Amino acid sequence: MFGLEKKDTSLLLIVAVLTMFAPFILNPFPTDSALAQFNAGYPDLMQRFVIFGIFAIGFNILFGLTGYLSFGHAAFLGVGSYAAVWMFKLIGMNVLPAILLAIIVSGLFSVIIGYVSLRRSGIYFSILTLAFAQMSFALAYSVLTPITGGETGLQLALDDPRILGVSQTAEGNIPVPSLFGLEMRSTAELVVGPWEFVFNVGYYTSALFMLASFYLAIRIFRSPFGMMLRAVKSNQQRMNYTGLNTRPYTLAAFVISGMYAGLAGGLMASMDPLAGAERMQWTASGEVVLMTILGGAGTLIGPVLGAGFIKYFENIFSKINDNVLHGWFAFLPDGMEDFVVFIIHPFIGKGWHLTLGILFMMVVIFLPGGLVEGGQRISSWVRGRKSEDKAKGKTEPAE
Amino acid sequence: MGILEVKNVGKRFGGLQALSEVNLSVAENSCHAIIGPNGAGKSTLLNCLVGKLIPDSGSVMFDGQSVLGRAPYEINQMGISRVFQTPEIFGDLTVMENMMIPIFAKRDGAFRMHAFETITNEKQVVEQAEKMLEEMNMADKRHMHAAAMSRGDKRRLEIGMCLSQEPRLLLLDEPTAGMARADTNNTIDLLKQIKEERDITIAIIEHDMHVVFSLADRITVLAQGTPLVEDDPQNIKGNPKVREAYLGESA
Ligand SMILES: Nc1ncnc2c1ncn2[C@@H]1O[C@H](COP(=O)(O)OP(=O)(O)OP(=O)(O)O)[C@@H](O)[C@H]1O
Ligand SMILES: [Mg+2]
Repeated sequence: MFGLEKKDTSLLLIVAVLTMFAPFILNPFPTDSALAQFNAGYPDLMQRFVIFGIFAIGFNILFGLTGYLSFGHAAFLGVGSYAAVWMFKLIGMNVLPAILLAIIVSGLFSVIIGYVSLRRSGIYFSILTLAFAQMSFALAYSVLTPITGGETGLQLALDDPRILGVSQTAEGNIPVPSLFGLEMRSTAELVVGPWEFVFNVGYYTSALFMLASFYLAIRIFRSPFGMMLRAVKSNQQRMNYTGLNTRPYTLAAFVISGMYAGLAGGLMASMDPLAGAERMQWTASGEVVLMTILGGAGTLIGPVLGAGFIKYFENIFSKINDNVLHGWFAFLPDGMEDFVVFIIHPFIGKGWHLTLGILFMMVVIFLPGGLVEGGQRISSWVRGRKSEDKAKGKTEPAE
Repeated sequence: MGILEVKNVGKRFGGLQALSEVNLSVAENSCHAIIGPNGAGKSTLLNCLVGKLIPDSGSVMFDGQSVLGRAPYEINQMGISRVFQTPEIFGDLTVMENMMIPIFAKRDGAFRMHAFETITNEKQVVEQAEKMLEEMNMADKRHMHAAAMSRGDKRRLEIGMCLSQEPRLLLLDEPTAGMARADTNNTIDLLKQIKEERDITIAIIEHDMHVVFSLADRITVLAQGTPLVEDDPQNIKGNPKVREAYLGESA
């Protein structure tokens, strides 16, 4: 189906079903239960899941396939956001042109950065991309204030022209981003007994873009072009002596991943129409590296898992505080309760980075293939046990 | 006129004159061996032919066209394939993928953004790759990771990858170095078979006299960066200058 092999089609369908039913899947706990704070099914977070998923899918096309580790991809995310906000200011509040421009501008930007950075490989490439991104950040923060809004960021104003829309609504407000009249922020709620599920236009728009991005990534992975990118990672020398020019291959991968980042940036601006320089900072570039490695670099689904994992931690674990802990451990004797809370305290709330850091190290050390490898190990272990059970009945020929 | 004409090539590394006044003519459809003691400049000469090094002086013509100043991939596209001293293959890819890449390179050129095709739908390339794998006797290894194979198999694969491009000139740099006797003999047999079955010119650098005398139609002896003699194998064996410079010390 869709020009994909059976295995890839089922993967795509599974991801499609999961994203479409995410509002249910992510809100498994009744709203007034103690576990409700583990619910992730609210629009803001769900949007972030899929948007960072797009960012990581694109990053993986560069890093996972060619092995070139960019430390500056947040620059493209930021550029995409600025482009989209400018579109909202000048043209109108429809998200499609904004996202389109975000992709184009970040694509052009990545041609320049990629062209220069790809003259080097390995650590020097990483440093060059990092330098470019920090430069972009610094420029956006100060020198380019007329374009970027500097410290305060780029925001919409009541007197923006919006030539294909209105400068302000009838009530005198700034209009909100929408898709042919369907506002990104509009949300429907479904209450089933103690459960509450939220369906948000912005989330579904982003999710559709994510599915398209994922589909495109599968096609690239399975194409001769994708194979060439893996060949770049494996042996550039052999490539050159096989009549292949590695430079345009790496540049193409770089630009594609830059455009994915631009798409993510454009979507971010569409969910919340402002853009700030901090989106380009090196911590943001580092985050997408973590997502990709944590999930499994070079795998199809890994980056999406990694993005989801990290965003979940960032938003859910960071909200657990001592009061919540005391609530959980109230059944323990007083001294014990305080002690347990004291032990766990550094790992929650603001300490979520510590927990994430430890988990990340464990994954890198014990599961170099990321969460995907973990999943594979579990499934092969389960399958191994099953076939063992079968083998008890009859003797199977050795492989 | 040979298919490969090297004229007055010189190459200096700092204070070391690695090549000087090298003249070499390789006749079409012959197997030309280049031998010489360690450090004679054999690999340097080969590197000058494939674009890895640019000679300081002289010219290198392949089929009437200069190769100097061209990138390795361009020279390959002209019809020269190279086998390395240590097998250079795509270790992270499967054997089948290794075999398909050169075929794609031959068909599509140095770069093509075929991102919307699916590898498995490229019937023609798949067929060609399978055929070459059969020819190399490694069809059963097609799904293996190339890095997991034995040295001899890697060498076989690399030669197969080069042949799949149907090059006019095949360059081999010590293809049997560091190989066990059995692997060496297999490689000799393979190269002999290639010589017989194809219209191909082979230039081979080799230390192993057994290999050289089994394959070569013509031999050039290189010593201290200059060709000492060029002759037919039977004459080389008896040549006192060669004995002194080369065979004497190794025999
Ligand atoms: N890139 C380089 N920089 C400096 N010197 C080099 C370089 N490549 C080769 N040389 C020197 O040039 C001389 C010729 O080297 P080359 O590798 O061509 O010899 P060779 O005939 O292939 O020897 P071997 O049989 O050991 O492979 C050697 O003295 C070597 O040290
Ligand atoms: Mg050598």
